[in-house]
Amino acid sequence: MNVEQFLYHEARLLDTGQLEAWLDLFTDDATYWLPLERAQADPFETSSIIHDDRTLLELRVKQARHPRAHARQPLARTVHQVGNVMVLSENASEITVASTLNLVEFRNERQRHYGALVEHRLRRARDSYRIAHKRVDLVNSEGELDGIAILF
Amino acid sequence: MSAFGPERLAMLVQPDRVHRSVYADPAIFDLEMERVFGRAWLALGHESQVKNVGDYFTTRMGREPVIVIRKSEDQVGVLINRCMHRGSIVCAEGRGNTERFVCPYHGWSYDRAGVLRAVPFQSGYEKGRLPAGLKAVPRVKSYRGFIFASLARHGDDLETFLGPARASLDDFVDRAPGGELEVAGGVFKHAYNGNWKLMLENHLDGAHPAWVHASSVAAARNAPEPGKPGEEHYYDIAVRQMRQNGAPDAVWEAIGMWATAHGHGYMGDYHDDSRLVVGMGNPVFEQYRQKLVEKHGPQKADRILRVTLWNTILYPNCSFMSQFRQLRIIHPIAVDRSVVYTYSFRMKNAPPQMFRDTIAFSNVVNGTGSWVLTDDLEVYERIQKGFSSGAVDWAYIGRGYGRDLKEPNGSSRGATGTSEIFVRAQFAAWLRYMSQ
Repeated sequence: MNVEQFLYHEARLLDTGQLEAWLDLFTDDATYWLPLERAQADPFETSSIIHDDRTLLELRVKQARHPRAHARQPLARTVHQVGNVMVLSENASEITVASTLNLVEFRNERQRHYGALVEHRLRRARDSYRIAHKRVDLVNSEGELDGIAILF
Repeated sequence: MSAFGPERLAMLVQPDRVHRSVYADPAIFDLEMERVFGRAWLALGHESQVKNVGDYFTTRMGREPVIVIRKSEDQVGVLINRCMHRGSIVCAEGRGNTERFVCPYHGWSYDRAGVLRAVPFQSGYEKGRLPAGLKAVPRVKSYRGFIFASLARHGDDLETFLGPARASLDDFVDRAPGGELEVAGGVFKHAYNGNWKLMLENHLDGAHPAWVHASSVAAARNAPEPGKPGEEHYYDIAVRQMRQNGAPDAVWEAIGMWATAHGHGYMGDYHDDSRLVVGMGNPVFEQYRQKLVEKHGPQKADRILRVTLWNTILYPNCSFMSQFRQLRIIHPIAVDRSVVYTYSFRMKNAPPQMFRDTIAFSNVVNGTGSWVLTDDLEVYERIQKGFSSGAVDWAYIGRGYGRDLKEPNGSSRGATGTSEIFVRAQFAAWLRYMSQ
């Protein structure tokens, strides 16, 4: 699978509600990061909209499936539109990919739109990839945001 | 003459129930901005946000856009962010440092104290007809580094206003081994489609976590055990908090719940996190305790660490958790729209890990993408929808009503930890501000 196909595959898992299969794309040492600030360098001394290691990400998915996860049940319907895919660097084990994300969310009679710059660090795994690091910089990360209960 | 005279207001806010219109009627919201947010002391921020002369940040006081600025070494001023000429805000940035605020429209410029210093085409104005400068907020005062201001020229002084709730701010500052706090680590700004009062009615509500937060409690119970010293996870402090939200009813009933005559409220002991509770022997906490001992000696350090004030609400716009070093300021936007700014604090001279704990807690529990916060926001929005219905008029705030206990310091204590005493106190303050 080429890199572009892999990113589309990831987006499709989210858009079809296959959260557990999406989670399986991540390596055991993966990090998943939505920084709060523009060009944020550090996730430990500056807050983040989401900063999950693999364990927290797993719990996040489990929580979303709980019948009383009020903000997530039923799950929002989404379209993750991935574009501008570009390989930034590559070595024997990993490949760093930039892309843009246009996301439409519908829930509670309300449609929201997000735009983000995305960076994946992918590890080759047989004929596909696994995600070692995903960073999503929302264009409005520093703005006044309603609660975020979806995955990017 | 307002349609909301004291008698009408007293009909809407009764001792154990309130009329839904106080959450849903835009006319009441307009009046709140004038009479509650226009009269009370409002928390605006912290002196560490304006350390040097000329440092400023912009915020809101109810509907008023304001600039908080260090105008001189020893004075912080609050200016209405609106040009005296044709109304543009003069400062569009969130924060910075400046000598002058120059209006982008016609170049009127104001100094750090708001005094009008330059006006292009000045000869076009009749001598003596120009305004003196930006309108200044009449009362500005700090308490232990926290900046407050009031749009009203007269009223209770800040110390009287804070009353027994001063102890919570004291606790917040005293816990810093260096004797000072600093705002750090970014600001979350989360919004919801609901009335501003809903947040303040939630933060001391011990009966809601088992229901609102059931899903995050369940997830936290599935989480790895908080690590032994040396094997800790970055999120342990947050996992412990989420588990604590699932404490048995008896724990919630046993905690202390106090309210003051000005509508403030605070919560007593209920936590068992080894990073927060003295005597549990966590090595980071022990290192931190040592720093406090170096500063104050063992007795005073012990006294500081044994204060168990948790969530505190300063009515009408602030809520904070001294032990997690988090403070929230609520900005009412409309009757059904509110924005909350969440700040993290670094304790001067504390082990660096303490601040990392604060950030982890902030992300997982209070952040815009938190599993905990987002369930609260969802429920606020559902309440707002419910209150928009005219089929049922009243909301019930009577849990523990009639059993409140008077305390020597003038506060009142709920009969149990889940008493709605703090909601009743907020409405008693509301009624007083609104009826003046």
